[in-house]
Amino acid sequence: MATVKLTIDRQPVEVEQGTTVLRAAEKLGIRIPTLCYLKDINAIGACRVCVVEVKGARTLQAACVTPVAEGMEVFTSTPRVLQARRHTLELILSDHPMECLTCIRNQNCELQEVSEALGVREVRYQGKTSRHEPDRSTPSLVRNPAKCVLCRRCVAVCQKVQGVNAVQTLERGFDTVVAPAFHLPLGEVACVLCGQCALVCPTGAIHERDQVDEVWAALADPGKHVVVQTAPATRVSVGEEFGLEPGSIVTGKLVAALRRLGFDRVFDTDFTADLTIMEEGHELIKRVKEGGVLPMFTSCSPGWIKFIEHFYPSLLPNLSTCKSPQQMFGALAKTYYAEKAGILPEQIYVVSIMPCTAKKFEAARPEMNASGHRDVDAVLTTRELGRMLREAGIDFSHLPEEDYDAPLGISTGAAAIFGATGGVMEAALRTAYEVITGNPLGDINITAVRGLEGIKEASVTLDGLTLKAAVAHGLGNARKLLDLVAQGKADYHFIEIMCCPGGCIGGGGQSIPTDTAIRQRRIEAIYDVDERMVLRKSHENPAVQTLYREFLGEPLGHRSHELLHTHYIPRGTVPRKEGVAK
Amino acid sequence: MRFYRAHVLVCAGTNCSLKGNRAVREALIREIEGKGLGEEVKVIETGCFGLCEQGPTIVIYPEGVLYCRATVEDVPELVDSHLLKGRRVERLLYREPTRPVAVQTVPELDYFKKQVRVVLRNCGIIDPDSIEEYIGQGGYTALAKALAMKPEEVIAQVKASGLRGRGGAGFPTGLKWEFGRKAPGGVKYVVCNADEGEPGTFKDRLILEGDPHAVLEAMAIAGWAIGANYGYIYIRGEYQLSIQRLERAIEQARRLGLLGQNIFNSGFNFDVEVRIGAGAYVCGEETALFESLEGKRGEPRIKPPYPTDVGLFGKPTVINNVETLANIPPIITRGAEWFRTLGTEKCPGTKVFTLTGDIVNEGLIEVPMGITLREVVYEIGGGIPNGHKFKMAQTGGTSGGCLPEALLDVPMDYDQLAAAGSALGSGALLIMDDTHCIVDVARCFARFFLHESCGQCIPCREGTLQLYHLVDGITRGTGTRQDLELIERLSRTMYVAPLCPLGQTAPLPIMTTLKYFKDEYLAHVDSRVCPTGTCRALATGHAAD
Repeated sequence: MATVKLTIDRQPVEVEQGTTVLRAAEKLGIRIPTLCYLKDINAIGACRVCVVEVKGARTLQAACVTPVAEGMEVFTSTPRVLQARRHTLELILSDHPMECLTCIRNQNCELQEVSEALGVREVRYQGKTSRHEPDRSTPSLVRNPAKCVLCRRCVAVCQKVQGVNAVQTLERGFDTVVAPAFHLPLGEVACVLCGQCALVCPTGAIHERDQVDEVWAALADPGKHVVVQTAPATRVSVGEEFGLEPGSIVTGKLVAALRRLGFDRVFDTDFTADLTIMEEGHELIKRVKEGGVLPMFTSCSPGWIKFIEHFYPSLLPNLSTCKSPQQMFGALAKTYYAEKAGILPEQIYVVSIMPCTAKKFEAARPEMNASGHRDVDAVLTTRELGRMLREAGIDFSHLPEEDYDAPLGISTGAAAIFGATGGVMEAALRTAYEVITGNPLGDINITAVRGLEGIKEASVTLDGLTLKAAVAHGLGNARKLLDLVAQGKADYHFIEIMCCPGGCIGGGGQSIPTDTAIRQRRIEAIYDVDERMVLRKSHENPAVQTLYREFLGEPLGHRSHELLHTHYIPRGTVPRKEGVAK
Repeated sequence: MRFYRAHVLVCAGTNCSLKGNRAVREALIREIEGKGLGEEVKVIETGCFGLCEQGPTIVIYPEGVLYCRATVEDVPELVDSHLLKGRRVERLLYREPTRPVAVQTVPELDYFKKQVRVVLRNCGIIDPDSIEEYIGQGGYTALAKALAMKPEEVIAQVKASGLRGRGGAGFPTGLKWEFGRKAPGGVKYVVCNADEGEPGTFKDRLILEGDPHAVLEAMAIAGWAIGANYGYIYIRGEYQLSIQRLERAIEQARRLGLLGQNIFNSGFNFDVEVRIGAGAYVCGEETALFESLEGKRGEPRIKPPYPTDVGLFGKPTVINNVETLANIPPIITRGAEWFRTLGTEKCPGTKVFTLTGDIVNEGLIEVPMGITLREVVYEIGGGIPNGHKFKMAQTGGTSGGCLPEALLDVPMDYDQLAAAGSALGSGALLIMDDTHCIVDVARCFARFFLHESCGQCIPCREGTLQLYHLVDGITRGTGTRQDLELIERLSRTMYVAPLCPLGQTAPLPIMTTLKYFKDEYLAHVDSRVCPTGTCRALATGHAAD
């Protein structure tokens, strides 16, 4: 690769051709402030906060999009540059509600950060501020365009990463707003509620619907037995809410923290992840043996479910009928556990801690009431749990490590890896191999399906059958696979799809920031969790075995069918009312 | 082919159309038929003569007598007197304000004396709907000549001519073509930017209305030069007449094989398609235009990459303004040397201006580059009407600057106007007399940009709003000295920080009015007085002290 020599603030630097000034400056340890820029996702030079002076150019250039050139002389902090940056920021602030103290993103806001970094101390412009009402039309996300700085990261991630296009830039000039087409509420358009937009939003313009108060109320209600489940991915991310390194494994502290909050039982979604493998694995075997619809798609990821319902309704028969682990948990908590503990199902209140905003929508789906009561009552994202713990004054990093409660807290390593892309596939293959062949699997680490590659493939030979599998994460990648399937060009048996890039560890409800490097560290952590477990195959989970023996009978049995399986709704892409009410 | 003893040319430009030219033309045809002159006199609709203020205008050849403000009621007398009896209708002749005697024929007009018609060579002379008339004037010979040359030779010729883009930026056209030629890639495009959105500019419209084939011919030459086989004309939706004439011209050219496959048996294929814009000013910016052409939201792209590398549909694209293209055929036929005899050394050729505002002769003019504003205003424009005094001229449209009387002798070309803090821009010349309040004028400009900002970058989106409110406050009597400082400060940032030229030029009219008319701003701010009495919230007239 050809290189280019230039100087930045008189320091010489040599970088690859095509590098941006921003990257080249980083190499010299010069941190140019940015706002709309987001590595790998958004480089549009729109906010003009990263402007620099390039010798010979009349106007200032946006460092995030300006490629280096041979002999270029760049100046990053001349008075002209500093003044322009500060004025630009002052202009944004002139149109921003100054509600920092009460904002959901207080102290985790890039606008705050950059204002502080650039020393903006007053806002002299008083022309006008945009007026927009918050959009609370979905159970998962709240859009508050009044706080939007129009960086368009959400538009970019929705379009380029997820291929959903739920939000676009509408109107022009000062009236410009990011919103669903025709200014429809988010709940009426084909939005999958993945929350990737919330994850990349630099301010509080898109965020999770906060359910913290609902959970506090349940905890305070003496008539309620409140149980909590924790998603696989949250044990490697919630520490970040308390300043721990990304990828810190905090399973034991998480359990302890939840107990301190007053939950009556601290259970684990990993338990039902193992159960999912039993159900889904048998469903796959059945489809393969009996000539059912193939390839079969996994169904753990609620954003993915909503996506296929909107965009590929004709492929719904390919979707496993298994509920997600969250919903299986809720159904069992209010039946199996209720029975065992001698508590009436209506008294049980199920809270889940999820890396996901779409889980809030999933929990609110009207068909998710196997016990006659809502399977899951409240879903808290990693961020909401962080806020709740901070509110309660729990010193997370100094908590002791505690164990989950039995029996719904017992799990295997196979369940833990559900949190990373490829994890469900790997867990399923570990079990399918041993169940079908009756032989132990040599190396249970199926590394072909691990990692951040967009689409991964693997095949396993089971008693003469070569099982072909594919894995996609991020809906943009999912689309590629689905198009192949729709055209009949894919000969896979089994496809795992996770809505969010990296899988659940990169979910829309995770700690902010979540970027590729952080995703990678959480993935490493989750395989570490798996490695440390004694039991690493779902079918070996003794609590699951007991569950079948005592309650369910057998995988795909009658009770499983009633409690653990579901059906789907073709939604199409034409806007209409849906949300919770549908 | 039939020969006529007289041709009656009725201007069918938009401005004359607004003044009822069609009814006049129909009345003329009826009257001529009625008098049995149909075999000897032909009525022709033609493009703009330039004297828009005087419309509907009629020129009768062979004498070249110009009649102004003709109405349907005047038609019987015109036919009876001029065409039958050979007597001029004195009362409809043009009267120069400085001369007691009416002007008889076109060449006598002061209005035309300093004009040089290269771009407008056919406007007002031929029937724009007739490809035969265009060919009769030498049309498509430049294309024939170009196709006999190597593309590199064509580019060399355009480079040697020193032609610079007439859309506003003044980039050397030949160089742009060379970049387009050298850009790797099989598919390339030629785009004609006819999204003329600058307020007060209507030159491209009148060129297209008056001589559509000139642009088509030039696009084909550009296609040959850079290796493109397809061209788009992106035109304002409001330009219905231009669109109609272009569509008709394309059909005619295709019919004669001047567009399409194997033009002049050269093996070269080229075709053109008209695409209609939806009214956003920013789509006149070339990369926003591409976005719009591609069916996307019209917003400027980041440059580099430049259009000649990555343009329309991601392909190398040469995009030229209408007027730039209209210069091409004469450069090819008459040569670069000839072209360089016109205009200034750094800006050869002519410039088409639209002269509007407080001026006697509003209309379309074409003058050599480097002419002074004074010559244009007083010699061509006929000066300021109604006994008022010249106050300022805005050059280059709303995104240009405002020049005071002291700068009337600045030669008008790209570099010298830029040095004066203004711009040649698209060629709009808006003249204002001393009855206008400079702050109110600035407010109107600020409002325009507030309305037309695309909303992509912060300094423009938020800055145009704040700029408007600050200036508006001054006209309402709430402005302070701090506001003036804030305006200057904001203008400086907007001049350098926005993503595209729209935002970067938005503060220009404010900056120049503040620079040249600071006292008038101060009167508003310090004394709460609007010297012209325009701002109603303030006192009228000069402050007592």
